[in-house]
Formats: sequence, structure tokens, C-alpha cells
Amino acid sequence: MPNFLYTRRKITNYAALGASLLSAAFGVAFLVWILKDVLVMGAGALSPAFFTELPAPPGEAGGGLANAIGGTLLLTVIATAIGVPSGILAGTYLSEYGRGSRLASAVRFIADILVSAPSIVIGIFVYAIIVRPSGGFSAIAGAVALAIIMLPVVIRTAEEVLKLVPDATREAALALGAPHWKVTVFVVYRGAARGITTGVMLAVARVSGETAPLLFTSFNNSFWNWKLNEPVSTLTVAIFNYAMGPYDDWHAKAWGAAFLITAAVLFVTVTARLVVGRRHGG
Amino acid sequence: MPFLDRHKADKIGDALFKGVSFFFAVSVIVLSCLLFAVLLWEAIPALRAFGLRFLYTSAWDPVRSVFGALPAIYGTVVSSIIAVVIAVPISLGIAIFLTELSPAWLCGPAGMAIELLAAIPSIIYGMWGLFVFAPLLASRVEPFIIERLGFIPIFRGAPLGIGMLPAGFILAIMIIPFISSVARDVFRMTPPMLKESGYAVGATRWEVIRRIVMPFTKSGLFGAVILGLGRALGETMAVTFLIGNSYGMSAGLLNPATSISATLANEFTEAVDAVHISSLVALGLILFVITFIVLAGAKLLIKRFSLAGGGRA
Repeated sequence: MPNFLYTRRKITNYAALGASLLSAAFGVAFLVWILKDVLVMGAGALSPAFFTELPAPPGEAGGGLANAIGGTLLLTVIATAIGVPSGILAGTYLSEYGRGSRLASAVRFIADILVSAPSIVIGIFVYAIIVRPSGGFSAIAGAVALAIIMLPVVIRTAEEVLKLVPDATREAALALGAPHWKVTVFVVYRGAARGITTGVMLAVARVSGETAPLLFTSFNNSFWNWKLNEPVSTLTVAIFNYAMGPYDDWHAKAWGAAFLITAAVLFVTVTARLVVGRRHGG
Repeated sequence: MPFLDRHKADKIGDALFKGVSFFFAVSVIVLSCLLFAVLLWEAIPALRAFGLRFLYTSAWDPVRSVFGALPAIYGTVVSSIIAVVIAVPISLGIAIFLTELSPAWLCGPAGMAIELLAAIPSIIYGMWGLFVFAPLLASRVEPFIIERLGFIPIFRGAPLGIGMLPAGFILAIMIIPFISSVARDVFRMTPPMLKESGYAVGATRWEVIRRIVMPFTKSGLFGAVILGLGRALGETMAVTFLIGNSYGMSAGLLNPATSISATLANEFTEAVDAVHISSLVALGLILFVITFIVLAGAKLLIKRFSLAGGGRA
């Protein structure tokens, strides 16, 4: 007599495992689909003018987004200059001084929540504390908003990689008579350099693709601007304005900008994961 | 006495370094309190003008300066729930695939692909959704849904391609990486001994997952789902492109709607009236408070799991 129960269990097993295989395929398929469209539409929209010229007046074809490329670089560099050192120092406190302390676990808890907090709210916050008091949208406001988004990301990764440095290494350096801060800077940081670099790269990738916090801070600009107290154009805000606009040429420009920003973000992410830090290796 | 001087310098250096790192660590707490205080302060004019009615009325009229947050809150909550309902089974499937099924050589690349989904900027999802996904929905999928499932009220509406359901679907794809990566991590924390004892009594692989791994990792999985919900609630750009930006409430999920983040993205720079701006900030405050509570819950659940469950293993 065939064992019906056993057959049923086997069928359920294969059905469930098949469904799990399909889920993975679903995720990968959407990744490929989106990347393919961004690549095909975006690469078609790129031209030398895209990288060198300013935007054309609305409705006219031609022009480029050179100022938006510059603006995105400018904001990302300033945000990194603010966010990374402060994030690493805060992470140092958590890993070197505050292990097990109540303050450290509060900082960890808040940082974890801020990592996933809505970035548009950060935009409103910076609008209220910088844009309105200073009388207008400005590049520095955008950079501060990005730095605030970056801060918790850097703190958490910095803490994690600093903790991976074995305590024996710290003790060895301390036993030689080095002061704690020298041990941290010259021994612990050096031991964790790889991990810190990975974390910083991922944080840079994350903020360079942000749009929502820039809408009310760095705003937009049709011209070149390197002054920190004036609005500046960025690729992501340009995508938002152009994609919502009525002209086909604008849509093409938006695809071009989308291609650039996606390529940059994915390149940095993949390099960070594969070359610098091997998360799946260990 | 050079030795003593150096000793002194070391001590000062230590105090300074500790002080500076302490300052930046505390700055995170100060920053989040400041964030809350500033939003609350800026929202006061709106809260004073409308009181609690702000939460449950649905007028949004900049001309008459009457504002109510209900449709935006409704849109945020409903689109996020749709996202979670779609994303949870798929994310669990992905986590099962990565921990139990995938051959070792595929594990790295497949995990990487899912992580890349998380790395794609939100605005790319929005733009792709608007230009590629929405037209496809409007021409192929939604007419079919309306024809076949239109007897259920939530599937009524016009096949526009943008609306609550499309926004929820794109949100689902965006939160899948977050849910599946936490789920994968907690699955991996199941002690092999538990799983092996399951196999030893003749359980199939699915039975081991369903009866042993999932119950064991329950609170961690729940935390993963809540984390995904928190992410979906605060997501802005993709929703702004796809939800249709129509301030109103409708039971039909195919109809255009709005959300807190979409309203903010669309109106904040154009608002001039003080009460209008204040009402928008109040929306932001509501969003911040909701996501803060949800994410704090997720964090506590995941932590409880790794202390109680994973820690013992």
C-alpha cells in the first residue's frame, strides 16, 4: 500500500522549497529588470554635452546637467567631511569607552532608529534650523542634512568593526606603555582600517542617492554654483523635477541622471563589499 | 624631568580623546531630541489652530487654510501595509533559499543581488515605477484585476497605473532586502543541533523550517517584519511618484491617493502661508513619531531574540 501521508509530506516539501526558489528569482528578476531599463534608457541619453553643459531653458532640447553632477559631488564631499569623522569618533566611544554602559546602549538604540528614520523629516528639520534662519536654500543646508543621515550609519559600522579588533592587541599596546588614545588611533584604527573604509564607502553610496532631504535644503539651481550659501543643483533633485515635467527631452535627461547616479552608487557598494570588506568570506 | 612631562601629556591626550568621542556619541541623543523638539515647536501653530481635529479630519485646503491629516496618514499606513503583506512571504522565501537551499557558490552572489536592491536609490524606484511599471500596470494588469476581481470593493477604480496598490507594490520591492537580510541572519542563528534532531526523526526540510526554525526565530522574524514596516512608512520618493498625489480617501486601492511623505515632497517648497507650512511640519512630526515607535519595537524584538534565542545557541 502506497504511503499517502508520506507522499503528501513530500509534495508539501517540494512546493514550499519551490516557492522559496521562486521568491529568490523574483527579487533577482526585479533587480535585473530595473537595472536593464536604467542602463538602456540612461546610456541613450548620455552625450558629451550632458557632462559639460548647463541645462537648456525649459522646452528646448540639448544642454546638459554638468552643474548637477558638480552639485552632487560637492554635497557628498562636504557631508562626508562632517559625517565621517564625527561618526567614527562616536563609534570609538561606543567600542572603546562605553562597552556595557547605559549611555552607550542608549546611543546605539537611537542610532539604529535614526538609520531607518524617514529622510524627508531630516529635510524639514534642517529647513527649520538652517534654511529659514539663514534666509534661503543653500548648499550647506543640503550637506548638513546628508551628514545627519550619514552619522548613524557610520557610528554603527565603526563600532562593529572596532569591536572586531581583538582585545589582546589593545592590551599588548597598553602593556608597552602607550596611552589609551594612541592605542586607539595607531593600533585599533589601523587594525580596523579595512572595515572602516567599507563602512564609509557604503555610507557615501547611501547619501549620494538621497533626494528627499535635499528638496527643502539645497533645492535646485539652473546654473553653476560653488557658493555654500546659495542653492545648488543635484542629480537626484534634477531627476525628480525632470521626471515630473512635461517634456520628452527632460525625461531623457532624467534617465541619463538616473543612470549616472545608479552606476556610481552600485559601483561604490559592490567595490566596498567585494574588494574592501569580504562579508561572506569569513 | 622629561619622563613626567610625557606622562602628563599622555594623560591630557587621553582625557581629550575620550572627551571628544564622548561629545560625538552624546550628540546623537541630543540630535534626536532636538529633531523632535524643533518639529514640535514648528507644528504648534497648526496644532493650536486645529487641535486634535488635525488627526481625524480630511480637508486639505491651502486657500481657506483648513488642514486635516487623515488622508495622508491613511495613505501612509495603507500603502505600507500593502507593502508588508506582499514583501513578507517573498522575503521569507528568499531567506529560506539563502540559508537552506542555495548551493554554497550561489549564496554569495544571490545575497549580493538582494543587497543591491537595497542600494538602488529610492528616486530610481520612483522614476522606473512611473515610466516603466505604471504604464504596464495600466495597460495589462489593472484592467484584468478590475474585470475579474472588481466585485471586491478594494479592486474597483480606474486603470491608471498609479495609486495606492502600485505604490505599495514598489514599496514591497524596496523593503524585501531589509526583511530578508534580517530573516537570513536570525535563521542562521538556529542551533544546528535542533535542526539535526528534526531530520533525525524523519522530518522533511520544509517541516524542519516550519516547525523548528521558524518557531525558534519567531521574535527575530517579527522584528524583521516590523523593521520592513518602519522602512515603508518613511519612504518618500518612490511613493511620491507612484501614489498619484490626490488628497482624499477611497476604499479602492487602484485609485490615486496620497501619503504623508508624498504631501511633504510636493507641497513643502510651495507653501507660503504660515499655517500651511506648520501643518506640513505637523505631518512630518506624525510620521517621525510613528516610525520611531515602529522601529523601536523592531529593534527591541530583534534584540530580545539575539539575547534569548541566538545567545543561548
